[in-house]
Amino acid sequence: MKALRKYLDKIKPNFEEGGKLHWLWSTYDAFETFLFVPNSTSKSGVHIHDARDSKRTMIIVIIALLPALLVGMYNVGLQHYMAVGLEAGVFTKFIYGLIAILPQIIVSYVVGLGIEFAVAQVKKEEVAEGFLVSGILIPMIMPVDTPLWMIAVATAFSVVFAKEVFGGTGYNVFNVALIARAFLFFSYPSKMSGDQVWVRTRDTFGMGGGQVIDGYSGATPLGQINTTEATSFGDFAFTGITGQPLSISDMFFGFIPGSIGEVSTFAILLGAIILIATGVGSWKTMLSVFLGGIFTVLVLNIFAKNAYMEMPPLYHLLLGGFAFGAVFMATDPVTSARTEKGKWIYGFLIGFLAITIRVFNPGYAEGMMLAILFMNAFAPLIDFYVVDANIKRRLKRVTNKA
Amino acid sequence: MANLINIKKGLQIPLLGASEEVLRGRVTSEFVRICPEDFHGITPKLAVKVDERVKAGTTLFYAKDHPEILFSSPVSGVVAEIERGEKRRILNIVIKADKEIEYEDFGVKKVSSLSPEDVKQSILDAGIWYLIKQRPYDVVAVPGKDPRDIFVTGFDSAPLAPSYDFILEGQETDLQAGLDALAKLTNGKVYLSISTKTKSKALREAKNVVVTEFNGPHPAGNVGVQINHIKPVNRGEVVWTLNAMDAVLIGRLFNSGHVDLTRTVALSGSEVKQTGYYKILVGAELNSIFKGNVTEGISLRYISGNPLTGRRIDGNGVLRAYDSQVTVIPEGDDVHEVFGWASLSPKRYSSGGTYLKHNRKYRLDARLLGGPRAIIVSNEYDKVFPMDIFPEQLIKATLAFNIDKMEQLGIYEVAPEDFALCEFVDTSKLEIQRIIRAGLDLLRSEME
Repeated sequence: MKALRKYLDKIKPNFEEGGKLHWLWSTYDAFETFLFVPNSTSKSGVHIHDARDSKRTMIIVIIALLPALLVGMYNVGLQHYMAVGLEAGVFTKFIYGLIAILPQIIVSYVVGLGIEFAVAQVKKEEVAEGFLVSGILIPMIMPVDTPLWMIAVATAFSVVFAKEVFGGTGYNVFNVALIARAFLFFSYPSKMSGDQVWVRTRDTFGMGGGQVIDGYSGATPLGQINTTEATSFGDFAFTGITGQPLSISDMFFGFIPGSIGEVSTFAILLGAIILIATGVGSWKTMLSVFLGGIFTVLVLNIFAKNAYMEMPPLYHLLLGGFAFGAVFMATDPVTSARTEKGKWIYGFLIGFLAITIRVFNPGYAEGMMLAILFMNAFAPLIDFYVVDANIKRRLKRVTNKA
Repeated sequence: MANLINIKKGLQIPLLGASEEVLRGRVTSEFVRICPEDFHGITPKLAVKVDERVKAGTTLFYAKDHPEILFSSPVSGVVAEIERGEKRRILNIVIKADKEIEYEDFGVKKVSSLSPEDVKQSILDAGIWYLIKQRPYDVVAVPGKDPRDIFVTGFDSAPLAPSYDFILEGQETDLQAGLDALAKLTNGKVYLSISTKTKSKALREAKNVVVTEFNGPHPAGNVGVQINHIKPVNRGEVVWTLNAMDAVLIGRLFNSGHVDLTRTVALSGSEVKQTGYYKILVGAELNSIFKGNVTEGISLRYISGNPLTGRRIDGNGVLRAYDSQVTVIPEGDDVHEVFGWASLSPKRYSSGGTYLKHNRKYRLDARLLGGPRAIIVSNEYDKVFPMDIFPEQLIKATLAFNIDKMEQLGIYEVAPEDFALCEFVDTSKLEIQRIIRAGLDLLRSEME
């Protein structure tokens, strides 16, 4: 490491003011601070600083995402080999999923970070770390069969129009990853919903080729209950892609068709534990999303008119993107409500809206994405009223006295 | 029985190098330097010339806008030099000190028999009025305005802070005289806040004041926090603030008739070999207590004050006007830590959960440990800001200099020091105290 430090010190003058590579300063700085903690010391104010910084915070989120990503990769392989009716070991399934998803992650990172670096360079700022999380979230909330070019276009669109035009990380109104998904959802609906996109049936780089077996159906559980003819939940049964019945444990551990990251509620809960233990994600937001969801489902159960309305809360929490959205999307501090009271309201309404969209809008089997984006827009308003209560209290002190 | 207020939010940073409660001696120096920039909110106008003889208590300079606010010399001697910076701003007034201090005589006075006007005039004449600060704006108090109340903090909760029980020892009569004097200066009350841990009788049984006990982590000792919990400052109101050590200096003036700015100062910090307390005159050079007593071979940061709000000085620096603490920590600019974002090093301290918690004291250096970013993480400041104020929203309003919003969110109640912990914990490494200071100054120039 000493040699590396020496090398960095040697090339550093080139990137500083007046150096011939000064136009690459942000890029140099991003790599240097990635390798070494900056040795700049405080110039004003406090003389000592807490060891956490933006990099540390983002890394924790990525670690929290890993369980869901790894289980998601395994599940991609699992669903694939079931669909083509081939036997394969756990390792083979995982590798299949890995090579299916890795290109998506790479594309998302290259495109997104490319834009981030370029913008930082133009603005002569340090490169912010926000996209390290968005870049891994984007593939995790897409169907596995999303073409790479779509991921590239969606990532570029969302980084530029959802983030950079507002001023970059910390200033965006909407969650960057969800904007990427929404962009594709409305632009290429056939690639983003329906029965055909959730399981990769073709081979990946020549691995796992084969013909889809008879009786295959790629519908997600939520897609199934959304379109079922059954009039009560009792007459309805969730089935896997080969028609086999799905158990609660399949749904909990994530062996069902769906987006890569959202399937395993178990892995998402592991992530939630990491986020809450480190204080990086707000437990208030997570809990209130779940409470809002459960409350809404219970009300729907009372007035149930069809199978979807009758579906008990547990299924709602296990299926679709509910848990993933609650733990990783709703808690994005930049786009969420920022006051503590506001977080309760914000989360509760996300849960409420997500379930409402799911159950009442036949066009969208999943409501989490729209619910969170909608509440992103309302988060500042919620904060406004929470802060306004404080302002009123302060004003009252003056008027009471007079 | 005093009222008890529990402060729950806050943070006690476990730093190495707390001062041992031993008095190690008296510090004198050949040259004494007074820095007008210590006194916030005034523009200094010189009252002395180079080579002029002064006594302890002789006016060195006064406030341009309030010529009644005088600033007196802590020593007798000869004005050796006026150091100036850009735009001829006065940096230091250097005095070559006499061996024996000769005092201006202001006459021993019994506070109880003086009228409020006499008390005020005595403090002004002696040139130590600056010890009283005011909210709003956290500047030297304007003598013409009647304060609603006066708040005195009887403890310091900052990291490595001096124990007030220790530094007030033997100063009990001066403290009471100071508090009596303050009581004359307001039609409201004098509120003295003490720590639940204090054993000092002079504090616990102080007369003429309303005693409130505070329990909890830093910033419980900050007068701003105490005001917010006892009786918050509203728009249009003025309160005066000071700490018990400053009150002692005022009391000393009445009891002795002299301006004696000797403070009992804690020498602290992880890089000090032998910590302890010294009797130091304001403005005295500190190199004699640093010499041979600090870690060698690494670059160091010398601070007059505590590591959160103190002023950076160098190894030849002097004790600044308001400080009862001197701290030495590593500078850290010679450290190159690898992969900090992945570090599991037990040497790194964080108040949050992204590092493992160890039950130990830490040796923290002056590095930012990150780069400046936009405000991203929420609820970070709130956890260390025990006031009925939304710190993040107030900081943002101040950055935008939206005066209406700043007023509504409580700018009149705060001082930069109240935001010191916010700045410490900040993931985005913003210079929050500087932001608040600039906002307060700009606001003051708009409003007055």
